[in-house]
Amino acid sequence: MQQANTAPASPAPKDFLLSVEGLTVSFDGFKAVNGLSFYVDENEIRVIIGPNGAGKTTVLDLICGRTRATEGSIRFRDQELTRMKEHQIVHAGVGRKFQNPSIYEDLTVFENLELSFPRGRGVFGALAFRRDAQVIERVEEIAETIFLKDQLDTQAAILSHGQKQWLEIGMLLIQSPELLMLDEPVAGMSVSERVKTAELLHQIIKGHSVIVIEHDMKFVQDIAHRVTVMHQGKVLSEGSMDHVQHDPKVIEVYLGH
Amino acid sequence: MNITLYSRREWIALAILSALILIVFPATMDIFRLNLVGKYLTYAFVAVGLVLCWGHGGILSLGQGIFFGLGGYCMAMFLKLEASSPENTAIQSTPGIPDFMDWNQVTELPFWWVPFKSFPFTLVAVVVVPVIFAWIIGAAMFKRRVGGVYFAIITQAFAAILTILIVGQQGYTGGVNGITDLRTLLGWDIRTDGAKVILYFVNAALLIAVLLVGQMVRVSKFGRLLIAMRDKEDRVRFSGYDVANFKMFIFCLAAAFSAIGGAMFTLQVGFMSPSFVGIVPSIEMVIFAAVGGRLSLFGAVYGALIVNWAKTSFSETFPELWLFAMGGLFIAVVMTFPNGLAGLFRSHVEPLVARLLRKPVVAARETTTAAEPAKLAAE
Repeated sequence: MQQANTAPASPAPKDFLLSVEGLTVSFDGFKAVNGLSFYVDENEIRVIIGPNGAGKTTVLDLICGRTRATEGSIRFRDQELTRMKEHQIVHAGVGRKFQNPSIYEDLTVFENLELSFPRGRGVFGALAFRRDAQVIERVEEIAETIFLKDQLDTQAAILSHGQKQWLEIGMLLIQSPELLMLDEPVAGMSVSERVKTAELLHQIIKGHSVIVIEHDMKFVQDIAHRVTVMHQGKVLSEGSMDHVQHDPKVIEVYLGH
Repeated sequence: MNITLYSRREWIALAILSALILIVFPATMDIFRLNLVGKYLTYAFVAVGLVLCWGHGGILSLGQGIFFGLGGYCMAMFLKLEASSPENTAIQSTPGIPDFMDWNQVTELPFWWVPFKSFPFTLVAVVVVPVIFAWIIGAAMFKRRVGGVYFAIITQAFAAILTILIVGQQGYTGGVNGITDLRTLLGWDIRTDGAKVILYFVNAALLIAVLLVGQMVRVSKFGRLLIAMRDKEDRVRFSGYDVANFKMFIFCLAAAFSAIGGAMFTLQVGFMSPSFVGIVPSIEMVIFAAVGGRLSLFGAVYGALIVNWAKTSFSETFPELWLFAMGGLFIAVVMTFPNGLAGLFRSHVEPLVARLLRKPVVAARETTTAAEPAKLAAE
């Protein structure tokens, strides 16, 4: 499945990791996402771009179950996500990073990662959970990847903005999801943090399928396999970065500004 | 990085608290005062539950009196039935039923009273009835993601409803007077001084057991999840946890603690009435936890003791002013020291103690190897 269909006309749902079809969500009559369809392959890095209010974040909210779809379907492997609860979607293998770093400020870096470790997720599992060698090893491994190895005992609240973003990425990684969804991972970062984050993302996207929302075009060009351009809740254009950059419709609504 | 039940500092805190409750109070107080402290300590059960549920989990319940009351009423029903033997109640028109039923023209023991003739059933019911009630409230609220202020208001409404129900169903509940004139537990007179001392110690031991259970929850991953849920509920969900289940568990656990306190209250005070169920006592219980420090299990016990002691002394002299003083106290705590006495202790007293201990230790270490107090100071 290296070459995916550019036109999502007759897709065979089983072949894609994620198939979004006819997805619509309406907030009091306003359709934030309107009949959206797109497909993500295994190991594909998909970037969603679009002007503010295009519905990008809403799409991620719909996939991870934070918002319920009004119509349409989201199939992840052979599971229908629109009917599942948030934690079940996580168990199915979908991880989500929020736009603003969403971490547990009162806990340490270690504890933040430990809570995201996929074991002891039931009430009694959490009571019986032991911090054994496997957990410690995995937390340290992830902490190394996200440049926070020396900060394991630091309270998350006092990390810098960039470090908080990394920590949340780490919390996602430790879940070992098959599909990672990142909402503006480099927003608000300093230049040096941005470079490191790009490096980090390059490293972690190997072996994962990733959906990224990003505004930084250089960054998008750098990582994207395919780009979906959204406008007013619909797909405006889809294809390689090169393709969408030269699409007159895209130039008009977005890149041209 | 292994987690132990208590750090050294907390072991010392537990030892001091246990010594205070088990040795100092019984040794220095007359039976009247000791019984009073025993009554205060029954509120500490509720406060300890609130520390977990509210302080750690962020679930503010203004209806803990419900569970305290249900636990207390379950115990009171058993004691009342024992006190209402046909011989004792021979002068009633229907002997063998509680006196208040007879006064209200109830001629037969209601079916839901009957199981409370059994002591083992009562012991189970003391915990299980309130927990089922908490589970129902929790399932109805948390599954629908009702939280924060809305949850607090709804628990308050439940407390009001239960009070009205108890007062209204006089023939079955004893009404506004509650269930009074309780005498014996399995033939053992609970009104004697000796019984009061024994009950005080049973109560104290149960409180320490509850503190240990609370601490076990606190240091487990569950405890860290509670804090995580309080800070970022959504993130917990997207880390793969079903948040509602965790909230229901901790709410039920807090209810169970409150219920044990309620049952011990009935045994030590000798009656149970709706005035311990409603909104005002429920809010008072939150104040105990807030004053003691809503993140500290031990603090909750001190909070319950100090506020109740203040209440007793204050309301003896200015009965009508007490409620205002209580409200003022709550506002003062929230505004100026949100982590309560435990927070003040941690920020002010502990560094002082550490400094005082370090000086002699440094001197001692030069001559001998007095490592033990040095560790204590370093904690």
